Amino acid sequence: MTELTKKIPEQESGAGSASGSDSSGPEPILKVTGLVKHFPITKGVLKRKVGAVQAVDGLSFDVRPGETLGVVGESGCGKSTMGRLITRLLEPTGGKVEFEGRDITHLSAGALRPMRRDIQMIFQDPYGSLNPRHTIGGIVSTPFKLQGIEPEGGVKKEVQRLLELVGLSPEHYNRYPHEFSGGQRQRIGIARALALNPKLVVADEPVSALDVSIQAQVVNLLDDLQDELGLTYVIIAHDLSVIRHVSDRIAVMYLGKIVELADRASLYTSPKHPYTKALLSAVPVPDPSRRGGKSDRILLKGDVPSPISPPGGCRFHTRCWKATEICGTTEPPLIQLAPGHQAACHHPENAPDQRPQDTVSVAARETVELAGETPAESTEKAESTEEAESTEKPAPGDAASSDTASDDVASDAPSQDAEGPAKE
Amino acid sequence: MSDVSKTDTDAGPAGGESSEGAARKFLSVRDLRIHFDTDDGLVKSVDGVSFDLEAGKTLGIVGESGSGKSVTSLGIMGLHSSERARISGEIWLDGEELIGAGPERVRQLRGQKMSMIFQDPLSALHPYYSIGAQIVEAYRVHNKVDKKTAKTRAVEMLDRVGIPEPARRYNDYPHQFSGGMRQRAMIAMSLVNNPELLIADEPTTALDVTVQAQILDLIRDLQKEFRSAVVIITHDLGVVAEIADDLLVMYAGRCIERGSSEKVFYQPQHPYTWGLLGSMPRIDREQTDRLVPVKGTPPSLINVPSGCAFHPRCPYADVPKDNLTRTERPDLREITDGHFSACHMSRAEREKIWTEEIAPKL
Repeated sequence: MTELTKKIPEQESGAGSASGSDSSGPEPILKVTGLVKHFPITKGVLKRKVGAVQAVDGLSFDVRPGETLGVVGESGCGKSTMGRLITRLLEPTGGKVEFEGRDITHLSAGALRPMRRDIQMIFQDPYGSLNPRHTIGGIVSTPFKLQGIEPEGGVKKEVQRLLELVGLSPEHYNRYPHEFSGGQRQRIGIARALALNPKLVVADEPVSALDVSIQAQVVNLLDDLQDELGLTYVIIAHDLSVIRHVSDRIAVMYLGKIVELADRASLYTSPKHPYTKALLSAVPVPDPSRRGGKSDRILLKGDVPSPISPPGGCRFHTRCWKATEICGTTEPPLIQLAPGHQAACHHPENAPDQRPQDTVSVAARETVELAGETPAESTEKAESTEEAESTEKPAPGDAASSDTASDDVASDAPSQDAEGPAKE
Repeated sequence: MSDVSKTDTDAGPAGGESSEGAARKFLSVRDLRIHFDTDDGLVKSVDGVSFDLEAGKTLGIVGESGSGKSVTSLGIMGLHSSERARISGEIWLDGEELIGAGPERVRQLRGQKMSMIFQDPLSALHPYYSIGAQIVEAYRVHNKVDKKTAKTRAVEMLDRVGIPEPARRYNDYPHQFSGGMRQRAMIAMSLVNNPELLIADEPTTALDVTVQAQILDLIRDLQKEFRSAVVIITHDLGVVAEIADDLLVMYAGRCIERGSSEKVFYQPQHPYTWGLLGSMPRIDREQTDRLVPVKGTPPSLINVPSGCAFHPRCPYADVPKDNLTRTERPDLREITDGHFSACHMSRAEREKIWTEEIAPKL
């Protein structure tokens, strides 16, 4: 234990040297390869395994020191499970999690403990994540007790410093969680996460339970703390506006997989995956002049399929308006389509088609509707594109020509909104 | 005190007209107050709110948690227990006053002429009864029809709100539906009697963006079809901008700004509205470095701050002279046609702050 205590100053200097964010390719602080988590579904007294919820199914990404990686997706896409896997609150079924070059995928609880101070988590629910019977002082000082660390000047002083750091009054030390509002509780959760001077903080929906005005306070706080302490964040959220505000790079998840991973600017100005595009177009914009004329909105039909039996091939093909035969059979790999911009799609937007010879299946057209269009119009439109396609189609051998043809189709078929959410 | 409330009432578009004038609008709320007696003191959840709504129009009510938006809507629906809540004011629905009307009459209207979509479909639907049975019940309470007709109607409604295979899903239980489908089922239930007033309390808050877009679209379509008046309550300014014609911003149980969506979004007059707009990261604008939050936290409704309830959080509280913001509660005053705001600052002062300090940061 004494050995651990000594490590603290080293850690800080270590973080300092690692966060050479200006250098071209800093070593990733966190490296995730092929991460898989399946939750077994059991039946009967013998707990016979009858299936599995494939919550996370093959994620690979890096987190570089000092950056913020945003993770977005709809509920049930596995983003929270991912967060719990990289903090090792859950043990992965497969794949590898490396933190600062060290494989932590299957470390035991004891072996993980020293590492816990480097990776901390901020939880979504500020009401559920603080023990109502403990004082704020007790809650924020627990990490020190667990790690057997005696900070300089004593635990109490350090806790009060932390409370001040997150914008609370040090006098709150002896109060209980119920005496605080939601935003203040979230600050307490943040103070607890920062107690041990972590390198990586995973925040699972840190602001979604808060009111707009408070949300902005917490977002700014996270921002300030990152500047001040050189933290690396993985921020998980479903709100695309918040994610855009806080992140440097963004991973979009759908049904346990990353479908797109890109720099913030690149993702929001030219989304490559149809799902990202649909997500972006669905965000309500606080501008009443856009009311009524919403030709650029892509409305996905139906719900996200069950992760117990996800669709084969591309998991999004059941709701995708660009889906072709190959999408139902072959899973598209996550490949780089532009510098710093990866997407897993056979027929990406804003990029050359990966499988130009495939035609859009009729079923795919029905998966989407454009707001502001009557159903009659949209079917008409679908038919006309079908014609256009069939005339162009007979030249599948000529890759170049069919490429441009299907590009044309792609740009006018599903939407007039190639320029919609994207403004370049 | 009574003075203040009077001006507030008079400020409504119906002017100082008697209740007869208010009765002409489809929905007209006049000086609604809903207070609750608690062990800690009197909670003034709604403290003098007035607004009008015409048929076929949508009113958005925005505000933070505890600002009284849901309590207002439950008050219109007559869902407060008369033992616990003290309600005063007037609510006119299509020429009929509801607060004075007996509970029996309100019960007849509820579900038929006015209905509500609740925030959390999982707790608003009964887990023991199938979706179909719950819709049928809502229909048969107000219509003397046999079960078969009611079932046909329920299936038709499920189909109308976009539930696939409605005849089969009719027999499903709420837990077999996904979040978006439950919300659709609840919309089907609230629309089964073609209500003329639909109140949606945070209808999309629990949903993902893609599903949210579907539900908002659905509400919009149905409104067009049935020409209902819709009140939509939300904390999401994006949602109201999409759907609402008029906007009412609530703070600490009172309306602090009211007007058309365009007015409130483009020329907001109240510092709290500025704060809400600045707090929100916007996907349609250039990336800003920092958000401009409202400092502090919403006030307790037991000890509402003196004067303007927003003054402890207002960066411009000292602009009006004589400490006015701390001593006197501002009235809701008309600024331009149909645009009201409750702030002590003069119009010129507000205009200056808005154009010089606030607007460039948004």
